[in-house]
Amino acid sequence: MSTVRVLVGTRKGAFVLTSDGKRERWDVSGPHFGGWEIYHLKGSPADPNRLYASQTSGWFGQIVQRSNDGGKTWETVNNKFVYDGVPGTHQWYDGTPHPWEFKRVWHFEPSLTDPDTVYAGVEDAAMFRTTDGGQTWNELPGLRGHGSGRFWAPGAGGLGLHTILLDPKNPQRMFIAISAAGAFRTDDGGATWTPINKGLRSEGIPNPTAEVGHCVHRIAMHRSRPGVLFMQKHWDVMRTDDAGDSWREVSGNLPTDFGFVIDVHTHEPETIYVVPIKSDSEHYPPDGKLRVYRSRAGGNEWEPLTNGLPQRDCYVNVLRDAMAVDSLDSCGVYFGTTGGQVYASADAGDHWSAIVENLPAVLSVEVQTLQ
Amino acid sequence: MIRVVLPAHLRTLAQVNGEVTVAVDGPVTQRAVLDALEETYPVLRGTIRDHVTLKRRPFLRFFACEEDFSHEPPDAPLPDAVAAGNEPFLVVGAMAGG
Repeated sequence: MSTVRVLVGTRKGAFVLTSDGKRERWDVSGPHFGGWEIYHLKGSPADPNRLYASQTSGWFGQIVQRSNDGGKTWETVNNKFVYDGVPGTHQWYDGTPHPWEFKRVWHFEPSLTDPDTVYAGVEDAAMFRTTDGGQTWNELPGLRGHGSGRFWAPGAGGLGLHTILLDPKNPQRMFIAISAAGAFRTDDGGATWTPINKGLRSEGIPNPTAEVGHCVHRIAMHRSRPGVLFMQKHWDVMRTDDAGDSWREVSGNLPTDFGFVIDVHTHEPETIYVVPIKSDSEHYPPDGKLRVYRSRAGGNEWEPLTNGLPQRDCYVNVLRDAMAVDSLDSCGVYFGTTGGQVYASADAGDHWSAIVENLPAVLSVEVQTLQ
Repeated sequence: MIRVVLPAHLRTLAQVNGEVTVAVDGPVTQRAVLDALEETYPVLRGTIRDHVTLKRRPFLRFFACEEDFSHEPPDAPLPDAVAAGNEPFLVVGAMAGG
């Protein structure tokens, strides 16, 4: 029978949750790296027991942990992230130039084919890569070197590169997103990058349709159709059918189109999930009701999923890296909250239950489906 | 031998308990002690001072003999009591919380 492993990064450590394919009973392992912020941990698709974790601290900086046994034991690997060449400046909150400074790894994206190759999205926004399992990290400087880099400005949470999507059909193509610069695509393995923000409209920037400057919160893709992307922007849920060359809004009947997470059903490329959040000044669900919204039409038409989720007095947030899906026949959907709950649905969102409660605030959730 | 006291998280990272000791050849300075510490425990590289600039991380302090040496030049000699191993060199994380 299959096993499901859920990797949870929190403000105060990492947790590994495991269950059989029924997804009814869960074992909880952790905290690993107790007391440290774990922004993200993720397993290699090529070797599921190879995990990478971003362990960070305001005091002690960045640590990178690697496991070769599915999270039972860990070893530190290199934590040296140095920008290529003279780093230069980006724009600071007040509009002044600010030197590029490495702060932390927000997201690890292991290669689809090689467990030793991993991409790292970092703050201040840049992309690094290791090809030796984390022993050395090198920047892909073409991204920051894109002519717009000096105009990128941090969102309230920092200038973080938080989303990395690898095209399963074209190894040369990747998509990334940065708060608050926007989305970018490479078609040459990361050497050069193109902003893909046409169609986005953001009222919070001087030119609402600028080429860069949009606060993209998350992008999601279905592996069978990598040219179709779904985006949860600061406000607005968006869709592209041409690999980002143009976007259109698909917020439709959502109660609010602000939010952080977005994900796609494993077996249904037109079924997508978001968690609407009231506003950018009130980071909690509308009306105190925690609702996942599902569209089976690739957007515009949304239905609330509430069975098993708190429908009163709930004021948690769901952060951008905190939703994932498994690949079992009945698609499992998982998300974590700033209140420390991880909710799961084993039937594509129809019914939910908390598989763990009272963890520290959840920063990230990833799922591995193991045979 | 130079005695060094690390904050709890760095002791965990370095897999040590209590004080650690490092050998320093030549003048006993902050730089020499931290170089020796990082040589002995490579996992601590980047956690006390920046990888490239070697500047102290902002929320850490260096104490010894009940004095704050955080703002002293890295090549200034540390007190004789530290050099002699009578007093430890303390790496201290800033207090945070309520």
